[in-house]
Amino acid sequence: MHTKPPSIKIGVQNIRKGFQNEKVNLQVIEGLDFEVREGEFVAIVGPSGCGKTTLMNIMAGFLAPDTGVVTVDGKPRAQPNARGILITQQGSVFPWLTVKQNLLFGLPEGLANRDALADEYAALVGLKGFENNYPHELSGGMLKRAEIARALVVKPEILYMDEPFSALDALMSLRMQNELLRILSIERHTVLLITHDVEEAIHLADRILVLSPRPARIQASFDVPFAHPRRLSSPEAQALRVAILKELGVTGTV
Amino acid sequence: MKGLKQSLPSIIVIAVVVGIWWAIVVATQSAIFPTPWQVVTGTMELVEDGTLWEHIGASLMRVGAGFGIAVLFAIPLGLWMGWVRGAFVTLNPVFQILRPISPIAWIPIAILWFGVGNASPIYLIFIASVFPMIVQTTAGVHTIEKRFLRAAENFGVSRKKLFLQVVFPATLPQIIVGMRIGLGVAWLVVVAAEMIALRSGLGYLIIDSRNAGNRYDLVIAGMIIIGLIGLMLDGIMRLLESMKVVRWRYAH
Repeated sequence: MHTKPPSIKIGVQNIRKGFQNEKVNLQVIEGLDFEVREGEFVAIVGPSGCGKTTLMNIMAGFLAPDTGVVTVDGKPRAQPNARGILITQQGSVFPWLTVKQNLLFGLPEGLANRDALADEYAALVGLKGFENNYPHELSGGMLKRAEIARALVVKPEILYMDEPFSALDALMSLRMQNELLRILSIERHTVLLITHDVEEAIHLADRILVLSPRPARIQASFDVPFAHPRRLSSPEAQALRVAILKELGVTGTV
Repeated sequence: MKGLKQSLPSIIVIAVVVGIWWAIVVATQSAIFPTPWQVVTGTMELVEDGTLWEHIGASLMRVGAGFGIAVLFAIPLGLWMGWVRGAFVTLNPVFQILRPISPIAWIPIAILWFGVGNASPIYLIFIASVFPMIVQTTAGVHTIEKRFLRAAENFGVSRKKLFLQVVFPATLPQIIVGMRIGLGVAWLVVVAAEMIALRSGLGYLIIDSRNAGNRYDLVIAGMIIIGLIGLMLDGIMRLLESMKVVRWRYAH
């Protein structure tokens, strides 16, 4: 039996980005290069304010870099599209639509089984029975589930997750991480996760990129070779955590 | 029971005001200013001969027409001005100049254009209510959070879907606020507007009661009825605010 090595899904080549006005000239990203393989889960960690969100917006197509190019399947990516869905900390589930209507939102009107698909994905994330509820009737965790379901139902190839669980309390965040792993074990996607939480990155990712302080460059890259379900208390995971924190400039009592 | 407990202080205040009013009229032995009881009997008079319902109906019809036309005009225009920057830049200064002009200042022009009849008061009510609704709708579009527009862009939906499922529902709470303000203002100017109305309407009732025989009991009756109906209309607009599709905006 032979398996083809996974192909390159996303290519980031020589990305630079700065913000200029009369008062400031702020270089945010300084020459980033990396690749993400098909089906790979890559986490990007870095100090706050280092340009992680700017990078994510460029990768998802919402922001144009000053130089460089982002490719998806080898082709330059310009505009956002449903092949890659962005999930942010704030979330963007439409509060004026029910859960079901939110799930239907991204599905083409002509699609024959769109109704069944919406129900299926609501059930997949554990929102069966809440299809007709409005977002303000849901808890923070349920809202995240709805957001993930709305992203997955359009069958994206890539999920761009920008601090998706940071607004949740620690326990709910952990639950949602496990939930995400469960869903990804059913449906494999290429995932890019931005987080400031090193443990979250170790829990979820296949590979972790550490960004430098602004202007952002890739400072280090770590493979996370542990099988799921992962035990963060294992010596190997702890060693990795210490190594990553060291790259981030945190030493001592970790 | 809770409702009663909550409105009890207001009821007491109203009772005290009516009591003071009564006492002053009796003490001053005013020949013209009516006691609360005279207002009640005056109102009963109007109820019995049926003219009260005619006046109320005429006023509601005019406000309904003027406000209705204003809604049909203001909401599409406000959405357009909110969405298309050029439209906003061009039209906003015009409306900002027109907005502070009191509808009463329009009376001579309304008579010139529409004569003395139903069209003039309807026009005045339209003028009074259209601007707040344009302003609120435009502001509603401008304050749509970027994360929602981004999500719509991300899913690559058609312009029609973007409008129907994002822009319009996102703006709807503000539109309803605008409608509430607009209807309030419309009802507020009904008296002024009906100064040029022909023999009907609560505004006409007030002016006519004064002119034809100093019937101040009917003047006050007309004022109180206007107040009560205004409260009722606002209550109806509040019902719109409790719809589930807009609750997200008003909650907390």
